[in-house]
Amino acid sequence: MVTLKEDHTPNTILYLDGVSVSFDGFKALNNLSLYVEPGELRAIIGPNGAGKTTMMDVITGKLRPDTGEVFFQNLNLLELDEAEIANLGIGRKFQKPTVFESLSVLDNLELALKMDRSPWAVLLQHRSPEVQERMDAVLEQIGLQHRRQELAGALSHGQKQWLEIGMLMMQDLELLLVDEPVAGMTDAETEQTAALLQQVSGERSVIVVEHDMEFVRSLGGRVTVLHEGSVLAEGSHADVSSNEQVVEVYLGR
Amino acid sequence: MQQKRTHPPESLMGRLTRGTGVPFLTVLAVVTFLVPLLNQTVPPDSLLYLPTYAVSLLGKYLCYALLAVALDLVWGYCGILSLGHGAFFALGGYAMGMHLMREIGDRGVYGNPLLPDFMVFLNWKELPWYWYGFDSFPFALLMTLLVPGLLAFAFGWLAFRSRVTGVYLSIITQAMTYALMLAFFRNDMGFGGNNGLTDFKDVLGFSLQSDATRNVLFVLSALALAGGVLLSRFLVTSKLGRVLVGIRDAESRVRFLGYRVEHYKLFVFVVSAMLAGLAGALYVPQIGIINPGEFSPINSIEIVIWVALGGRGTLYGAALGALLVNLAKTWLTGAAPEAWLFVLGGLFVGTTLFFPRGVLGWFAEAPWRRWFSRSSLPSRSTASEKGGSW
Repeated sequence: MVTLKEDHTPNTILYLDGVSVSFDGFKALNNLSLYVEPGELRAIIGPNGAGKTTMMDVITGKLRPDTGEVFFQNLNLLELDEAEIANLGIGRKFQKPTVFESLSVLDNLELALKMDRSPWAVLLQHRSPEVQERMDAVLEQIGLQHRRQELAGALSHGQKQWLEIGMLMMQDLELLLVDEPVAGMTDAETEQTAALLQQVSGERSVIVVEHDMEFVRSLGGRVTVLHEGSVLAEGSHADVSSNEQVVEVYLGR
Repeated sequence: MQQKRTHPPESLMGRLTRGTGVPFLTVLAVVTFLVPLLNQTVPPDSLLYLPTYAVSLLGKYLCYALLAVALDLVWGYCGILSLGHGAFFALGGYAMGMHLMREIGDRGVYGNPLLPDFMVFLNWKELPWYWYGFDSFPFALLMTLLVPGLLAFAFGWLAFRSRVTGVYLSIITQAMTYALMLAFFRNDMGFGGNNGLTDFKDVLGFSLQSDATRNVLFVLSALALAGGVLLSRFLVTSKLGRVLVGIRDAESRVRFLGYRVEHYKLFVFVVSAMLAGLAGALYVPQIGIINPGEFSPINSIEIVIWVALGGRGTLYGAALGALLVNLAKTWLTGAAPEAWLFVLGGLFVGTTLFFPRGVLGWFAEAPWRRWFSRSSLPSRSTASEKGGSW
């Protein structure tokens, strides 16, 4: 079975230590260490190629690092595959909205609901009144009540992003990884998304990868700056945006 | 479009017959009833008389339709474009053919009670072990499902676990059926080499030449098609069916939700292979021969054309496509044999360019579809037809 981490650190839900990944000699992650606390809303920023998406791939099991340790609540994630990691309660929101376009909004949410996921069990699962209530609550939160019966493909770009966040809410997650949620959104949509993510965190930890500094500030949590595959700076938004190194490599002002 | 609150869960009957289900099953039932009637009760000199060869020809089409439904289940709903489904069909056919060979007994040319003619001809002294048990009809019937199912399981387990998808998967399914064709062409495989299995006499004691047996086989084919369609409907209208569609549309999303995508693909691939095997088993006694040509890659590609033409992801469309293309094939290979392959290729190109959703999709999109009652549309959602790629 999964090996447990020896030194028990009660205040981290996610623990990355010395993680390196290289593609054909290019170091996408270079001795990256990152610790996330339960209930934290963490923003991760960094220029293109800083390793943000690679880091998410490592956490969610899509990619195995060359060296390093990755633990989630003391469980070694490097021994698990995507489905197992997802069922532990780690969810992922892709950069490009990824919903099931030829299924209805409700069906999208229903598939995300945490239940037995083996084919035989799923074949006979029905939409119980409790499930329906749960979906109604999430629909309310993501503001798609009036579009529940429509195909997800008919939603606007922003609505698809919210639907995907809604699907992650149905999953009963402990940790949510969100990749550039406001790319391509209008200002109003961006604001709503920030509010939605703040709502979601608290009960669970959320890591948001984002380019938009204004959005990162509106989230209000701690900020980690990645550069060339490792952590350059970490702290509040005010701290990192006044950090000289950060200004030099990232903000470029 | 505000549809507040819970719908009561839809009944099983509703689920199975929603959409085009009722017209399709009604037409199938009428045909199943009429064909034996026109063959058996109408005098041969009447205009309405249906000759026995036509009964078997229609029976053959129904087997093809079931095969098309099987392919649509994996391709239309799960996005697995198998270019080797003919192999499962042929294996089902061979399993049935082996039983029919054993039924011949000592009535073969060489009169050997144990060995089929081709084995005597090859100077074999005893029955190979893998022919054991095929003298029993229930065993052979089981094998028509199990052999294709096991091959699909082994193949799918390796391919889906290694995450072979898209065009690469299509290519190796094609290679699979090609390899089987080469193997079955060999005399020392013990399946009759390039002549295959033929000269069948009877099944369960009923002569395969008699009109009555042929009518019964036709009716059985129709029942198998109806059963295959209903089973497939049951699968695709369940939550499992929505997971399959999810895999088709956004495989990694499904995986990151925590579903084991490879298990789902394996499940539907095996079910589909078994349906194809059943179709092959019903095909062989009506045609009277099974040979390695059934494994040829072109056959598997033809199945894809039937499904594409009829409209994939609809099940009924697949069956319709199989009927239409084969009617055209029967007519054209008689009228202008050299033109057939060009027409087939043209159909595929034309369908892809002008009717990407097939005949049924075009029908559902046509402006006059409003005349048709809403319930007859093969769509799940009332809100938006356009976004759905069934």
